[in-house]
Amino acid sequence: MSGTGLVVRDLRVVFDGFAAVDGVDLEVAPGDIRFLIGPNGAGKTTLVDAVTGLVKATGSARFGDEELLGRPVHRIARMGVGRTFQTATVFEELTVLQNLDIAAGAGRGALTLLRRRRSVPAAVSAALETIGLAALRDLPAGSLAHGQKQWLEIGMLLVQDVKLLLLDEPVAGMSHDERDATGELLRVVSADRTVVVIEHDMDFMRNFANTVTVLHAGKVLSQGTVAQVQADPAVQQVYLGVG
Amino acid sequence: MRSLSWRAGAGFAVGAVLLFGVAPFALSDFRLSLLAKYLCLAMVAVGIGLAWGRGGLLTLGQGVFFGLGGYAMAMHMKLADAGPGEMPDFMQLYGQLDALPWWWRPFANPAFALPATVLLPMLVAFLLGSLVFRRRVRGAYFAILSQALAAAMAILLIGQQGTTGGTNGLTDFQGFFGYDLDDPVNQRMVYFIVAGVLLLLLAIARQLMRSRYGELLVAVRDSEERVRFLGYNPANVKLVAYVTAAGMAGLAGALFVPAVGIINPALIGIVPSIEFVIGVAVGGRASLLGPVLGAVAVAWAKTTLSEEFPAAWTYLQGLLFVLVVAFLPGGLASVVRLLRRRRRPPPDPAPVSPAPVVAQEVTA
Ligand SMILES: Nc1ncnc2c1ncn2[C@@H]1O[C@H](COP(=O)(O)OP(=O)(O)OP(=O)(O)O)[C@@H](O)[C@H]1O
Ligand SMILES: [Mg+2]
Repeated sequence: MSGTGLVVRDLRVVFDGFAAVDGVDLEVAPGDIRFLIGPNGAGKTTLVDAVTGLVKATGSARFGDEELLGRPVHRIARMGVGRTFQTATVFEELTVLQNLDIAAGAGRGALTLLRRRRSVPAAVSAALETIGLAALRDLPAGSLAHGQKQWLEIGMLLVQDVKLLLLDEPVAGMSHDERDATGELLRVVSADRTVVVIEHDMDFMRNFANTVTVLHAGKVLSQGTVAQVQADPAVQQVYLGVG
Repeated sequence: MRSLSWRAGAGFAVGAVLLFGVAPFALSDFRLSLLAKYLCLAMVAVGIGLAWGRGGLLTLGQGVFFGLGGYAMAMHMKLADAGPGEMPDFMQLYGQLDALPWWWRPFANPAFALPATVLLPMLVAFLLGSLVFRRRVRGAYFAILSQALAAAMAILLIGQQGTTGGTNGLTDFQGFFGYDLDDPVNQRMVYFIVAGVLLLLLAIARQLMRSRYGELLVAVRDSEERVRFLGYNPANVKLVAYVTAAGMAGLAGALFVPAVGIINPALIGIVPSIEFVIGVAVGGRASLLGPVLGAVAVAWAKTTLSEEFPAAWTYLQGLLFVLVVAFLPGGLASVVRLLRRRRRPPPDPAPVSPAPVVAQEVTA
């Protein structure tokens, strides 16, 4: 297991007096597949937003030796932190290949940018194979099926070469087979990266989670392995019992 | 890929033949100089096509950059007409000044004035863009800000009549780098320069649109936030398109002066700034040639129709804009694309949802 770990301490995000994330402590070891679960409005997405620089937060979020809080979004991304969104966001008017090529290119110099792409970068063709979209590489991303867009997003993180992937409900709206395929993809990806997955799907969590954190009303309710969390009465009460 | 660049080469060749081989012989001197004027407006359109069509920046204030380029060139020509050490005719006429204002002086030197027609607008665009894009001013706010700037510049020019020529602007030019502008042969030369520069700008725009930068620009237009999460700063991406468009508008203004013989505040304020965008919208903002053809068509319609129905033209133009935006957002270029697609067989439908290979291996 390798990658870089994430250590969150006393993280707080306040919207107009309402604490969406209310003092969260979280440690994700390098190479872990951590599932972040909790009822609607628990603050899961907001936590990821804070770590990736989208919303202002207090406390600390360290990635390796670096503090993430207070840095602009694109700097955090360059440090190797990547994310997907609850609703798949790919560049609809660009092809699959163009989407991946852009994701691979944040470090490119001006001269490379001003020229045309003459060949497909090796990382991009590898990612095309991994996410199973090689045959569709010249289609506009907007014409992909929902699940394919999610895979494309994960592929974009792969070529971006991030060390920490934060995935917001990656299997929402997917068929059973597609979920399994995505889970296997996460296993492959986590071989040399750290993965954090927000999910509502309990079967998916049971099959693929390594560790689990349960959020409720902006606070950590429970933390541990799948079995530990499922056995926790507090969790059963607020979440698993209801869901 | 090869067939595409072959087609582009052929397209440029046809354009060159039309502009250099056909138009000068088919058109009277008067019509040819009108065409030169339209082609100058088309240069502005090429830049707007890049910044707005590809980058999503609604540049409603290109008059500012057009004006900067135009005035820079006009100041040089005025000083050259007056001769070394002399003041331009209009300054002597108003008689308010004893000496040339300091900011006029460098424009006497062509080595300063010529680059300034392009670099000055680019510098202003860079400063403005750096401020605006980093603060994430977007959409309507950016458009309104651009408009305000165009209005402010026109008002400033009108207010400083003694040094800028006020409402009249700068006009009555005799020569262009030593060539007598009253001579039809030299007017023709100006037309050729204009046509050549337009082709050059088209080639630059094409290269930018097809480069990796062009793809990135479209990505920023469609989802700026997503681009940021990939590690790019979208402000810089937009800035490049904006500054390039400003340079093109500046060059257009600079060539407009010898081609038409005047630059004044009415050519660069709010209304002309909007008219630049209307031509681009009509032609098709996201295509390469659409903005050029749209700009020429709208300018031509304006000349023809506003002579006969001066009052109606403004409304007609507004109506045209609304119709295009509402029913044909891709402009006339999208009609061409539609017709072309109809002739070709439809592409294969996308195969349904193949799973990632890792999963196929595991489940097999
Ligand atoms: N920009 C915002 N301004 C104000 N309140 C917000 C904002 N973003 C989120 N919230 C609130 O913060 C709380 C947490 O939202 P968040 O999106 O993080 O929940 P979540 O755990 O991701 O829920 P879900 O499972 O529905 O996606 C919610 O009550 C939400 O209404
Ligand atoms: Mg959420």
